[in-house]
Amino acid sequence: MPDRSMPQFPEPDTSPFWESVKNEQLSYQQCNVCNTVVFYPRYACSSCGSGELVWKDSKGEGEIYTYSVVRQNRNPAFADLGAYVLAYVDLDEGFRMMTNVVGIKNPLTDIKIGQRVKVKFEKQESGEFPVPVFELI
Amino acid sequence: MSQKRESAIVGIHEYPKRYAPDVSAMDIKAISIKAALDDAGLSWSDIDGLYDAQDGEGGGGLGLAAYLGIKPTVIDTTSVGGSSYEFHTAHAMRDIASGKCNVAVLSYGSKAASLRTPIGTGGVSGGGNWQANMEASYGQTLISNYAMVAHRHMHEYGTTSEQLAQISVSTRHHAMRNPQAVQAMTDLQFEGIGEITVEDVLDSRVIADPLHLLECCMVSDGGGALIIVSKEIAEKTNKPPVWLLGSGEATKYRENGGDITTSAGAQSAPIAFSEAGVSPSEIDIAMVYDSFSITVAVCLEDLGFCAKGEAGSYIGDGKLRYDQPGGPALNTDGGGLSSNHPGMRGLFLLLESVRQLRGESTSQVENAKLAVAHGNGGLLGGNHTGGTIILAAD
Ligand SMILES: [Zn+2]
Repeated sequence: MPDRSMPQFPEPDTSPFWESVKNEQLSYQQCNVCNTVVFYPRYACSSCGSGELVWKDSKGEGEIYTYSVVRQNRNPAFADLGAYVLAYVDLDEGFRMMTNVVGIKNPLTDIKIGQRVKVKFEKQESGEFPVPVFELI
Repeated sequence: MSQKRESAIVGIHEYPKRYAPDVSAMDIKAISIKAALDDAGLSWSDIDGLYDAQDGEGGGGLGLAAYLGIKPTVIDTTSVGGSSYEFHTAHAMRDIASGKCNVAVLSYGSKAASLRTPIGTGGVSGGGNWQANMEASYGQTLISNYAMVAHRHMHEYGTTSEQLAQISVSTRHHAMRNPQAVQAMTDLQFEGIGEITVEDVLDSRVIADPLHLLECCMVSDGGGALIIVSKEIAEKTNKPPVWLLGSGEATKYRENGGDITTSAGAQSAPIAFSEAGVSPSEIDIAMVYDSFSITVAVCLEDLGFCAKGEAGSYIGDGKLRYDQPGGPALNTDGGGLSSNHPGMRGLFLLLESVRQLRGESTSQVENAKLAVAHGNGGLLGGNHTGGTIILAAD
């Protein structure tokens, strides 16, 4: 997927996440008051409402919570791609993100829920940011 | 009976066409409102409550009353996807109970088929907000979002595609008995308009693994309207009122560590059943939003017709048809899978509930007394809403 849709800015909540991605670092927020892990990025803690969320670095490893092999997408960036894997991945630090699992020979047979995965920062043909995707470990 | 019967649906109309290139969505809304008023024996000037999901060209909170030329005292523009109409009904129930209005109108119009809106496969993510910026790069389609729920359900509970396919099979059986649904499939150029088997479903192409084409709702034009009135007005209308006994509203979304196999319905349904003073085992008709097979499976569990994880075996028992005992009949109009899905199907769940409780369905359940209409709006595996309404025959 050489030319994915890019996040659009200015957007203050998600900007630090994508600045980290530029440096090939996956990041998430944690509440300084109640320790809740918060993702996607936002202003207020989703448990206590505190604005004291601090950014943390993720090791980028986790497991596939669920997935779908997408066969049809009319979006031009994906239309010609063939089957690709959309997934929710549960990172070891306790957050769940939407992503793609890439580098699989046959996505119809070689992917399962619960498999361990590791982040990879995929360079794009155009666009400012690489995109965090995952590969099987 | 100790149930509160303070408001009722007394007029309905389902716009009969599913391909309507020569009218606007606003036309469909106005045509349907007039026909629903006629069904009730009420007039245009009786409307004092307007509920709208902000569909229709130049309509919504600022445009629809102007288009109709009315001056309602309640304007509610709750827009929460396909379940908006269950939310509107819930709001009309309490607005009528509190005396804010007496004749509430819900309407819907859509041109999704003639405008070729790629609802299921066009990609759901825009960009430039807290959520879209985290999802836009991954090629999520609406169908693939629901498909992720299906995979997790299969993983946790052993649910199979064969079991899910039964939903499409039963729904098509109902559709074949509904002339409007047959016309819809004809006008929308379905391949093979007739009864289908589990094998047919599994042989249809996979759109987003594990969901097959025949597990996905159609994209149609269409719309309709319904009229909700106070008890006093219900006594003077043309047809037997269908009473609104209970309502529940909820939302759910992607959460860290959350359970994707449980929908907002698990929160909204108990509220509605409790208010109505009835239990799921008493329900004759289950009108459950069938955007996809998996939506029905998850919602049947969350409505309490079977335990979480048991939808597969429940469905597999063949209980869903209108003429089978052992549980409520499912989507007796043919559902979104085989009759009508212009994008937000919630209104049609209420319309067919009313037809059943009046004895007017094309797949009539004998002596139907209680129905549940459960709408699911948004993305089952992401942000979504659940709206549950319990209805009773007069
Ligand atoms: Zn907190």
